[in-house]
Amino acid sequence: MADPTTEQRFKTLILPHLTSAFNVARWLTRNDQDAQDVTQEAYLRAFKFFPSFHGENPRAWLLAIVRNTFFTWYQQNTHQAPDAVFDEEVHSFETSDARQDDNPEAMLVRREDQQRVHRALQSLRTEFREVMVLRELEELSYKEIAAIVGIPIGTVMSRLGRGRQQLAALLVPMKQEA
Amino acid sequence: MNRQQVLELLPGYLDQELSFSESRECERYLEGSEECRIFFAQQRAARAELKLAALREDAPQALLLRIVTTLPSEISETAQAVRKKPPVDRLRQRLGQFGKRGMGAPTWMSAGAMAMSVAVLGLSMGLYLAVPSREQRLTQELLDDHVRSLQSNHLFDVISTNQHTVKPWFNGKLDFAPPVIDLAQQGYPLLGGRLDFVDGRAVAVTVYRYKLHMINLYVWQSSDAGTRPHVIEQRGYHVAHWSVAGLTYWAITDASADELDGFVSNLCEQLAS
Repeated sequence: MADPTTEQRFKTLILPHLTSAFNVARWLTRNDQDAQDVTQEAYLRAFKFFPSFHGENPRAWLLAIVRNTFFTWYQQNTHQAPDAVFDEEVHSFETSDARQDDNPEAMLVRREDQQRVHRALQSLRTEFREVMVLRELEELSYKEIAAIVGIPIGTVMSRLGRGRQQLAALLVPMKQEA
Repeated sequence: MNRQQVLELLPGYLDQELSFSESRECERYLEGSEECRIFFAQQRAARAELKLAALREDAPQALLLRIVTTLPSEISETAQAVRKKPPVDRLRQRLGQFGKRGMGAPTWMSAGAMAMSVAVLGLSMGLYLAVPSREQRLTQELLDDHVRSLQSNHLFDVISTNQHTVKPWFNGKLDFAPPVIDLAQQGYPLLGGRLDFVDGRAVAVTVYRYKLHMINLYVWQSSDAGTRPHVIEQRGYHVAHWSVAGLTYWAITDASADELDGFVSNLCEQLAS
């Protein structure tokens, strides 16, 4: 373990996927601070198990660890199933859209739209939310998602289908209100 | 294939994850069935909304710092434990082992091992001489960091012209208290500060301005530079570094050498008083 090349390999193979790990943790925990804790814990685990990693897909390997870390963390912190508390309550994150726009009105509309999508995705059940995030944000293949979540490829497809349907249903009335 | 089966496949068709024959079947139904068309349009709309909303965020710099500083601690501890033993002890230990099991081995083996060691030593000396000095490497790293801080909108973690706001911000983030001094009266107003990761450690950075030029002042614990700052030029930037009272300072700016010199001497004056 105290081998400098192991550390070096970890730094070149695993560390660059920090943003992926953080985003998956962020959408699982639905809270920035918890996401940071989960990500850090996942990295510690990944480091510990790294000598046993011989695969070709370090990102998928890391994300599977992030996911497992989340479920352990969740059980320890709440003693409830991941969806029991959150479904109605929507935790808002600050969207850190620091870009400046010349037209404040357009910026406001865009921001409101983004926050609607944000809330809609947050309100989905974990099983749908996680495949959506892995597919739409992380752009992983069905095969990779199936390996990370531990479900057959057909289930990945049906969960994506249902998740998108629910998201579309949530967004349509919002659009009409606006 | 019936309609229900095709509805189940349509998400995969959108994501281009289907086999050729499955895709053909989907296309056939999309032409013929209104229900399939509506479902597919819904799928595509949901995906487009998610893409538009730009939901993916960069991991915070502070998180990277937290991870990097906690991770290799195991490694460096074991490395230190090995290093702490005096070399003579280690040598004796090794000779002891050699004595126990190695005496029976033919002498040409140890002669070969010796020749190998000499060769490796020669090679590593060669590498050592070819590698740029620590100072060159550090200058390069700091220059890169300076440029990056200006490019990526990551100049500040704390924005304040008040030294009594910036200084406490570093509390608990570093194992030393970096001096934060406002030089507004001398023409170098304080703008804020941030944490950065340089040369394998967390460092404090305070940011100053001279007219339109940014000055990054890096501070960390060590005293391996001279006490007299001297300004050098590299890639059009001016760099000065020095050590005072156990802290090493590096100031980097695109302002002229004279202006950086003014900044450094004002800062040193204030540090000394």
